[in-house]
Amino acid sequence: MESRTIVLEQAHDIAVARNEVRQLAAVLGFSLIDQTRLATVASELARNVVKYAGRGRLIAQPTSSPDGRQALRLIFEDRGPGIPDIEAAMRDGFSTGRGLGKGLPGSKRLVDEFKIESEVGRGTRVTVTRWR
Amino acid sequence: MNGARIPILKVGRVLIVPIQVDMDDQTVIHLQERILSELERTGARGVLIDISLLEMVDSFIGRMLSDIAAMARIMDARTVVVGMQPAVAITLVELGLELKGVDTVLNVDEGFKLLRGEFDTDEEEEEQAYWGFGALGKQDHRS
Repeated sequence: MESRTIVLEQAHDIAVARNEVRQLAAVLGFSLIDQTRLATVASELARNVVKYAGRGRLIAQPTSSPDGRQALRLIFEDRGPGIPDIEAAMRDGFSTGRGLGKGLPGSKRLVDEFKIESEVGRGTRVTVTRWR
Repeated sequence: MNGARIPILKVGRVLIVPIQVDMDDQTVIHLQERILSELERTGARGVLIDISLLEMVDSFIGRMLSDIAAMARIMDARTVVVGMQPAVAITLVELGLELKGVDTVLNVDEGFKLLRGEFDTDEEEEEQAYWGFGALGKQDHRS
């Protein structure tokens, strides 16, 4: 199945992102709970992009292992200010904005794989994968 | 969905907020403001937020629910959230959200019971009025 790219610019795009991801997860045969996990992760991480970088994109990439196991990979990319201290950002309760500080650490708990790359002044890329 | 208008119904001394669509951030903020101004305008003592059709609660919506409960309490009203789907509850816990200060119950009946304990109210009238509104959700909350 082909990847989908969703532009993240406005608050409304966050809702679009989570709905697209839920639909894709449903088509890929993920359970209702996994659909909910993926939609929630999409919402959290898309909001980070819009809030901290102003704009960016989400690439939703269906993928599979050599033995045929299905997965959905979500890549959130922006050219925003970057995260100076990733370790701190991954701690529960840490927030530079007005959030609850649950976005990054909470999202990590909802997926099987979580990777964050960030360079100050260059941008951030968060890649998450959930296996079916 | 953008700018969707969530109804706020007043039944007896309870404000009922049936959330039936996915809400974008603007709608969430707007709803919070409207609930508070309705509390002030009507002097209601309870807020019953029905999220049985909500397929996802992220940290933003979770925070709104906590904030509404905290603000309503200051205005002498109690907030109860009813009908959370199991998948939503599981995800909330994994996300690490506690919904501080928010009472959650399984269905609207339980929500009324809880609020009824807080103040005297004519229960029959309230419940009949709620069901009388009819199409509030596709699910039978009494099941």
